[in-house]
Amino acid sequence: MVTTSNIRILEEKARTIRKHVVNMIFEAGSGHPGGSLSCVDIITVLYFHQMRINPAELKAGERDRFILSKGHAAPTLYAALAERGYFSVNKLHSLRKIGSLLQGHPDTKIPGVEVSTGSLGQGLSISCGIALAEKLDKKDSRIYTLLGDGECDEGQVWEAAILASHYKLDNLTAIIDRNGLQIDGPTEKVLSLEPIAGKWKEFGWNVIEIDGNKIVEIIDAFDEALQIKGKPTVIIAHTLKGKGVSFMEWICAFHGKGLNKDEMKIALQELGGE
Amino acid sequence: MELRSTRDAYGDALLKLGDNQNVFVLDADLSISTQTNKFAGKYPSRFINVGCAEQNLMGVAAGFAIAGKIPFASTYAIFSMRAWEQIRNTIAHDNLSVKIAVSHAGLTNGPDGASHQSLEDLALMRVIPNMSVINPCDAVETIGAVISEASREGPAYIRLNRSKTPVIFDDTYTFRFGDAVQLTEGDDLAIIATGTMVHKALEAAEFLKKENITARVINVHTIKPLDKKTIISAARETGAVVSVEEHSIFGGLGGAIAEVLSEQYPVPMEIIGVRDVFGESGEYDEILEKFGLTTTTIVTSARNVLRRKK
Repeated sequence: MVTTSNIRILEEKARTIRKHVVNMIFEAGSGHPGGSLSCVDIITVLYFHQMRINPAELKAGERDRFILSKGHAAPTLYAALAERGYFSVNKLHSLRKIGSLLQGHPDTKIPGVEVSTGSLGQGLSISCGIALAEKLDKKDSRIYTLLGDGECDEGQVWEAAILASHYKLDNLTAIIDRNGLQIDGPTEKVLSLEPIAGKWKEFGWNVIEIDGNKIVEIIDAFDEALQIKGKPTVIIAHTLKGKGVSFMEWICAFHGKGLNKDEMKIALQELGGE
Repeated sequence: MELRSTRDAYGDALLKLGDNQNVFVLDADLSISTQTNKFAGKYPSRFINVGCAEQNLMGVAAGFAIAGKIPFASTYAIFSMRAWEQIRNTIAHDNLSVKIAVSHAGLTNGPDGASHQSLEDLALMRVIPNMSVINPCDAVETIGAVISEASREGPAYIRLNRSKTPVIFDDTYTFRFGDAVQLTEGDDLAIIATGTMVHKALEAAEFLKKENITARVINVHTIKPLDKKTIISAARETGAVVSVEEHSIFGGLGGAIAEVLSEQYPVPMEIIGVRDVFGESGEYDEILEKFGLTTTTIVTSARNVLRRKK
């Protein structure tokens, strides 16, 4: 049972991760703040509530796995991994620097990263392979994959969607970070995705729609997914791109743009100090 | 001489691997053509059909490798190239043990024409870090290569053929990953061949004997990592090289040899392959003739390179 105090702890953790993200992207001088901030709450719930993982045992036989298919949200993943104890938070400032562990997009050299990603559309296929292999092995583990909404333009996503439903991968949960913006503008203007829930439903998935910036709704959705048998679940998580920093919210320009010093200071103030 | 396709041998090699519970075979709706249907029939629970979706094929195979399995991913050579970026960014980048075993390579898918033939794949695979590239010359070498790859870590591209070609080796042959195989003694020139062209190189060497030219025929089954030592020795000891492959003259075996020799032991060299054009429909032998992938071309190139030899 999730208590109000649990939720407060998770909200506080999400705030910490958002501050890391702002600092990391400021220090790196480049990155993807908008889509990193939109999915902080989802990744926070996964790493601090949902997944059965142990940073001390990276290759545990029966562990849950997270694949960041929208690899440009790497700062959020890295901050969560560091906060969860996979590596020191002191390493976070080295994001995107030459010779550093923290590559611009997720890399398996980093403890806790299950597969390298960054090129959109591939994470769901990889997750299907892991989920199918583990299902055939009758393992109890679960696979979670986070996709961007713009990423759903990629045909490979739908190849994987067909496969997941055909092979009844009920150990697989996909989450779509439905922040509504992609690089060139609103998703509905660039290449309309709606009705996105209907598409996934027709592909044979159990579909849950939530406010993806509300911790309690994310927890409930993951709980519901655990109960669904015989089909994979997709959580369409309606989020705000740039969530938590007022001047970035719903601003497309912050998809792939670094932060200057003033922007960083304002952002940190809004998030409750450095 | 016995004739057998390497895809047929691949199907049998997978059966030999069947007792290994970690071996999974994935196909993209071409299991009859690639001969993975043999494995599917005997081990249905370890055969995964992903439908005709090659990008997903490579991603799912990567997932199986991440989960600790040994996935063989099969389709036609040319259609695997559709997933080049998936192969590069996931399978090769993470050094996953996915074995991409693809049939109907080169011009061997004769009648289907250019869309189904593959003359660029060796170049495209060779350029990817971590990727190994294997092009067996006959059915026996194919079985050896497939069994060897099941226990070697890391990704590989194994190039197989639709057409029946002569069986060169007998059952005593042992495939050794990365080791080129010298097939004949010779000091006048080296004919370095791969895949379907190896038996034509042997025929050419036999023909050249009549002109008192001794050719050292070398079979390069592993194009990457290339057996540089054997190739440099051949260049040093013979002073002239002809390379021959059923592939574009760009970036395949000839390119790989030229890269090594130009830096370490330059000698006159002729590269035989398809000269920057697409294939076309026709019977396999007719197409080989049309594109100059014949014993006669090898003999002519041998004479040419000997004239250039100091």
